[in-house]
Amino acid sequence: MNNPQLNAAGELQHLLSIEGLPRAILTQILDTAHSFVGVTEREVKKVPLLRGKSVFNLFFEPSTRTRTTFEIAAKRLSADVINLNIAASSQTKGESLLDTVANLSAMQADIFIVRHAASGAPYLIARNVKPHEHVVNAGDGRHAHPTQGLLDLYTIRHYKKDFTQLTVAIVGDILHSRVARSLIHGLTTLGAPEVRVIAPETLLPTGVESLGVKVFHDMKKGLAGADVIVMLRLQSERMRGALLPSAQEFNKNYGLSADKLSLAKPDAIVMHPGPMNRGVEIDSAVADGPHSVILPQVTFGIAVRMAVMSIIAGN
Amino acid sequence: MNMLPDAEALCAKLVAELKPHIKPTTAMIGLYTGGAWLAQKLHPQLGLSTPLGLMDIAFYRDDYHKQGLHHDPKRTEIAFEVEGRDLLLVDDILYTGRTVRAAMNELFDYGRPASISLVVLADRGGRQLPICAQFCGTTVDVPEGRRLRMKRAETGRLRLEIDSE
Amino acid sequence: MKTLIKGGRVIDPASGRDSIGDVFIDGERIAALDGAAQGAKADKVIDATGLIVSPGLVDLCARLREPGFEYKATLESEMHAAVAGGVTSLACPPDTDPPLDEPGLVDMLRRRAKALTQARLYPIGALTVKLAGERLTEMAELSESGCLAFTQANVPLDDTQVLWRALQYAGTFGFPVWLRAEDLSLARDGVAHDGEVATRLGLQGIPAFAETIALAKLLHLVRATGTRLHVCRISTAGAVAMIRAAKAEKLPVTCDVGIHHVHLSEMDLGYFDSHCHLVPPLRSLRDRDALRAGLVDGTIDVICSDHTPVDEDAKQMPFAESEVGATGLELLLPLTLKWAVEAKLPLARALAKVTSDAARVLGVKSGRIEPGAPADLAIIDADAPFRVVPEALNSQGKNTPFIGYELAGRVRYTLVDGNVVYASAQK
Repeated sequence: MNNPQLNAAGELQHLLSIEGLPRAILTQILDTAHSFVGVTEREVKKVPLLRGKSVFNLFFEPSTRTRTTFEIAAKRLSADVINLNIAASSQTKGESLLDTVANLSAMQADIFIVRHAASGAPYLIARNVKPHEHVVNAGDGRHAHPTQGLLDLYTIRHYKKDFTQLTVAIVGDILHSRVARSLIHGLTTLGAPEVRVIAPETLLPTGVESLGVKVFHDMKKGLAGADVIVMLRLQSERMRGALLPSAQEFNKNYGLSADKLSLAKPDAIVMHPGPMNRGVEIDSAVADGPHSVILPQVTFGIAVRMAVMSIIAGN
Repeated sequence: MNMLPDAEALCAKLVAELKPHIKPTTAMIGLYTGGAWLAQKLHPQLGLSTPLGLMDIAFYRDDYHKQGLHHDPKRTEIAFEVEGRDLLLVDDILYTGRTVRAAMNELFDYGRPASISLVVLADRGGRQLPICAQFCGTTVDVPEGRRLRMKRAETGRLRLEIDSE
Repeated sequence: MKTLIKGGRVIDPASGRDSIGDVFIDGERIAALDGAAQGAKADKVIDATGLIVSPGLVDLCARLREPGFEYKATLESEMHAAVAGGVTSLACPPDTDPPLDEPGLVDMLRRRAKALTQARLYPIGALTVKLAGERLTEMAELSESGCLAFTQANVPLDDTQVLWRALQYAGTFGFPVWLRAEDLSLARDGVAHDGEVATRLGLQGIPAFAETIALAKLLHLVRATGTRLHVCRISTAGAVAMIRAAKAEKLPVTCDVGIHHVHLSEMDLGYFDSHCHLVPPLRSLRDRDALRAGLVDGTIDVICSDHTPVDEDAKQMPFAESEVGATGLELLLPLTLKWAVEAKLPLARALAKVTSDAARVLGVKSGRIEPGAPADLAIIDADAPFRVVPEALNSQGKNTPFIGYELAGRVRYTLVDGNVVYASAQK
């Protein structure tokens, strides 16, 4: 089956998922992001690469922070940005997804940044856009959030340099997490020898080992010797769906406290895709402590998105 | 086939030409990759007060829409204020002039220099833009379909070569 | 009218016959075979040299979308698709709008179908009013209108008390009940098989035990009531094993599998191909292999098409939001032939699953080639290749996961009641 993300020359045409991308392309994105970090640190934070191009933010699922970082990234590439917040209502049968895209296409779009509650929606869009149009997945259901995965990989590379020596622990609601899936695919592709998931049974998807991870139910064992700890956000709905009894019990067994953190390597870094639930999955002392790289993650996120857009728009 | 001049000798010649023009406001920036190598040779011999700046023009090229983003971009590192500086922009080969145009556009996004002078090891002609070098090691006639390159050996020694396209 | 079908490879799965011969039809019935047909005067002769003469296919589940969903398909288009696929009898489920829970609706549908003089239509009646799972339908009345069995189609009936009473009531009259085994709370919101593929794609999964738990419940109720149960569209290895044991226990149980599940698995979802969004979901390769083994050893009685035409708009949606179902009336035959080749099964045994065995479960006289049987026949070029493209499909539904596949097996003639109701343009 042809990889829908790559064009005939094997170049990145759409970014839909980290899964299925060759190592060389992941490395290209990270290296290009490295150059863009330089741009974000200087006075004039713009480069003219996407001047005259239109980037449409198609957010079917609301999100201020992700949409804002994409907007900033696109503007720093000198692109024109149009934001469309389409409230997805299952009741109202309004314009179909493809009709929406077709209408925007008629307005000369170059890049669609798509966030949707249904897994696979960006693939449907990518199958139906014109050859010069590109799709970037900003998060689809539980399936993937590739730019988040990439910025997590960038952050890890920034602090730890060599993936092939790392033990990475991802903690929390893996079942519902597109961020976790994307990061796992990235880590395994880039050769991280041990990727662990730490969660109660109810928050692990069936057959999760097939993704190439080691499963831990005991957080203390799972954190032992970890170089990188990634905490996932726990949504309050999970307590209502008979998956967990309470936030308190979750915090006791799966929340990151200073105590549990001390079981990891002394120079371990703590990451979180945000937004954080302080006191649930992570204690404030840790979130604000010296191991936390949560704020730099955000900066790197802009450079990574600039890298993604500039690579695909040129292919 | 023309015999190419010795690149190391040309470096010495450039150093001699540049020395009288060095002022307190002078700073040097080398363009990746060849210009950076050349600048790394020249910079230590000129007694400049600022560290060497290194620049990658990947984000300012005029052929992005045809060729896409250049693979393996390096990071531009300029550790001094561009504002008010007399800049020496260093590249290895001057050809169409498009690289220099991109570099100047990028430079102006860092600040407003007082002046920019172009330093090149070799000028092969074939300009497509009104660009010229203030300091030039040599001119070279390059046969049709060939390419003039500057290479660096493991020892660090620079040399000029003519390759096929 | 007297018709002679000459020189074809006559396959009658019911008797196991597979040999060259002649079939002589007089009026609506098969009058004589081979030697007994010598010298008979025919008004029409069909040269079946190099072709297979088979009983017309009996499809136990094909949605015709009438009444209520005419924008998806109509009786005309789907009945034509049926005979173009060699299907001469088909049973349609009651999940129409309104559902087939009243004799008047069933009558009207049967009359409409009869007027088209294409395939025979056997509407299966709703088990509960509006399929809502609360009140029983007037099964005796519906039976008089022509319903041979009663079902909930794909609408779950989770109230065990109601299920038990419905089975008891149907059993009173000897009516069979056709049910799909799926636990509502386990299957709710699920769109794919709960396994590695759903995990990778981030799709809500339906575990295999959603089927086996519900099946266990059904089998207990069969033991308690003695009512004949036909389990529709089994999809798991576990269910195959349970049916095997139930049959060994001599329970009055039969079952069928959808043709898509004979060939496809969760691996075929690929990059969220909504043509593979089916109910039950396409499961693991292990499940698929168990289904194929169950067909060979007789645990699974019938293959049906589960024909569900869906308009393209409803498929061009993100996977979980797309409408379920695949079109399959015309592909039932070539896909069954493909399975026969892959399983190295004699054609007579393979065709039994879509002819004589299906007729037996449905309780009709067609599905056999013998003197006195209805003259419902399909004359097939088993080797004729074709590419599955939307234009080649007669159904209004073009939604099939087999788009682009090269298949073999084209129908040259279809006869119902001795009349040629379909003749292909090609020679």
